[in-house]
Amino acid sequence: MSVSKSFICINRKAPYGTIYALEALEVVLIAGAFEQQVTLIFMDDGVYQLTRNQNPAGIGMKNFSKTFGALADYDIDKIFVDEESLFLRGLQASDLQLLTHETTDGEEQASIKVVSRNELGDIIDSADILLNF
Amino acid sequence: MPTLHTVNKSPFEQKSLVTCLSVCKADSSVLLIEDAVVGALRNTRISHKILVSLASGVKVYALNEDLEARGLPLDRLIDQIGIVDYAGFVDLVAKNTKVQSWL
Repeated sequence: MSVSKSFICINRKAPYGTIYALEALEVVLIAGAFEQQVTLIFMDDGVYQLTRNQNPAGIGMKNFSKTFGALADYDIDKIFVDEESLFLRGLQASDLQLLTHETTDGEEQASIKVVSRNELGDIIDSADILLNF
Repeated sequence: MPTLHTVNKSPFEQKSLVTCLSVCKADSSVLLIEDAVVGALRNTRISHKILVSLASGVKVYALNEDLEARGLPLDRLIDQIGIVDYAGFVDLVAKNTKVQSWL
């Protein structure tokens, strides 16, 4: 018997300086592969994980930001970004990757939604299981 | 006896850049590396502190390879921040008499 629970993965670390961001992505892909309902939240320095045009060749690391594009294949299509964290870092929604998924009607829809702290509170409350990175 | 200060942690998560700037004297150099390069962008919560240090004669640099890795737009960095590559990092180390790493 398989049980599906709602997981929320909260990402609060910048990419590359530590291993957290890459490990979080591995975990959510595994959860997705086991057909769990996975939602991602990016806040604090976690918002840097989603920037466009990452190129870590110069520091000898793998560009795992391209893997975010595969999340939709695992039905991971709810990605929330904290508005305040972007603002405090001089970033805007347009600085982030454009991630999309297909709706049940076959329409292409943006997966990333910029939300307030108040909305994040409700989203976090709705989870069965919280994963923190 | 100028000092090169290196900072490698995000200024939005840790105090090391702010502490570093608070002790830096004119003609010292501060080099932002690894996660600290996110502090080089304009209009952030900490950009005014960097501007104050720049105005006092502290030189501030950011490592290009780390900026590129994180996809940070070079045209949105604080104007007076110098961009250096790894060779420029070595030059800064050679030009200063010592290095203080704010880990």
